[in-house]
Amino acid sequence: MFKHEWLETNVGLLLVFTMLAISVGGLVEIAPLFFINNTVEKVEGVRPYTPLESRGRDIYIREGCYLCHSQMIRPFRDEQLRYGHYSLAAESKYDHPFQWGSKRTGPDLARVGKKYSNEWQVAHLMDPKSMVPESVMPRFPWLLTTPLDTADLKDRLMAQRAVGVPYSANQAEYERNVKEFGAENAEMLKIDDAQKNLLKQAQDGNFDGDRTNVTEMDALVAYLQVLGTMVDFSKYDDDNFVQYR
Amino acid sequence: MSQNKPNAVQTTGHVWDEDLQEYNNPLPNWWTIAFYITIVFSIIYWFIYPAWPVGHGFTTGFDKITYVNDQGETKTSHWNTRALLMKEMNEHAEQQKPYYDKLMAEPYDKIAKDQDLLNFVASAGKTLFGDNCAACHQSGGGGKVGFFPNLTDDDWLYGGSYDKIQESITNGRHGYMPPFAQVLNDEQITNLANYVLSLSGEPSNAAKAAKGNELFHSQAAACFYCHGADAKGRHVIGSANLTDKIWLWANVPAVESAQGKVEAVKKVIESGLNKGVMPTWGGRLKPEQIKLLTVYVHDTLGGGK
Repeated sequence: MFKHEWLETNVGLLLVFTMLAISVGGLVEIAPLFFINNTVEKVEGVRPYTPLESRGRDIYIREGCYLCHSQMIRPFRDEQLRYGHYSLAAESKYDHPFQWGSKRTGPDLARVGKKYSNEWQVAHLMDPKSMVPESVMPRFPWLLTTPLDTADLKDRLMAQRAVGVPYSANQAEYERNVKEFGAENAEMLKIDDAQKNLLKQAQDGNFDGDRTNVTEMDALVAYLQVLGTMVDFSKYDDDNFVQYR
Repeated sequence: MSQNKPNAVQTTGHVWDEDLQEYNNPLPNWWTIAFYITIVFSIIYWFIYPAWPVGHGFTTGFDKITYVNDQGETKTSHWNTRALLMKEMNEHAEQQKPYYDKLMAEPYDKIAKDQDLLNFVASAGKTLFGDNCAACHQSGGGGKVGFFPNLTDDDWLYGGSYDKIQESITNGRHGYMPPFAQVLNDEQITNLANYVLSLSGEPSNAAKAAKGNELFHSQAAACFYCHGADAKGRHVIGSANLTDKIWLWANVPAVESAQGKVEAVKKVIESGLNKGVMPTWGGRLKPEQIKLLTVYVHDTLGGGK
């Protein structure tokens, strides 16, 4: 008969069987999500980040914003009232890695896009206490003086493409993007034009209030301003997304 | 522990430090029973709630949630957190409904006289204002000189009536003043700055202010186009009233010296403004929330006029 003693006195076996037992939990809870049709909601408007937004996201990660800010509004009443519509899985389908998080020293940022003006975002990043006196957020003044490094922009987008984000590297992929995201968005997803598109968006958007240069502030604010704005929830009934769970 | 009765319990056979032994007792009964209960519980749970993946779907469980959506349709769904949220929103909306219905039904001048409704606006508005407006306009609505206007004073760039406040919240605003550094020379700008300071009784050079007055109303600078011949500003385009003592862009009161005040005003005239952006709230907030905030700003914060 099988005896505990047999496992407990063989440390190698104990290790193997413990790992097997734990992975059952992971397999049962996580693996099916890749096969269930409703995991990622069918919703219009979600597109990959533009080159500028994508670089902003890199800076968001580099500065460790995620250590204090989550990007997932949970389907609870208090969160819905404070932050807006709960986050959809579809909204982070092009995020690698996703920024959901569960640590909220600061507020959730999943729908911070367009909530405040560029000017506020810049002033707040320069000195958070100047805008929110009780804030404990550190200052990020170097963002405004550091030119955005775009030397490896193509490599970064190619890396995203390799894990499934539909940036286009050839004509066929571009045409697929036109169908899926519309011509205007498809232009922004062309890896060959990334440099040009990044500069143009930074110029037009004037995110850091200075058109003469492209700084890391431009990129980060461009990224913050798009968060949670891709899906137009007014197009859907307020209970539309219940059916996916 | 060293005085074990012989054969009272099994040991693992390991001995340390001569007499230190490891017991090999069975698990206590309360523990094993609790463990079996969790197994029974999980089986019951599977039948009530969504649990097991099956093909491209999953078992949804017997438990149902009934809620009413915004279109007024009553719907029933298997238990899930999104449907539960709908139901909870329903329950709490029910409590606020009489107030919101009244708020939406009545015109602003009647709301202003309804103390019960004003109390609701003050308490519900505080949270809404804190969540959405306070980041820029600060928690008391006092604003921030150089960035965001004070909502508690009588000075309104775009108008402080109910309708104008509602319009500002719904559609947002974008402040603009062209830069004059390329259009006027330094002397002209200095004269204009002195004139602007004289309008609100700030220290200024009378001779320069007189020249500035002339320039202000001339075609060369054409300041009066936007700020008006009386320099009191125009709500339609959001141009500032220059005759009151309230300053948003040039922080004149903060500067001690007369020369510093002139410099502060000159800087605005030279570089112009392309800021003062109020985001659009029409898509983010519901119409009843916008109306509530309008009353909150107008009456609770008390800045309206």
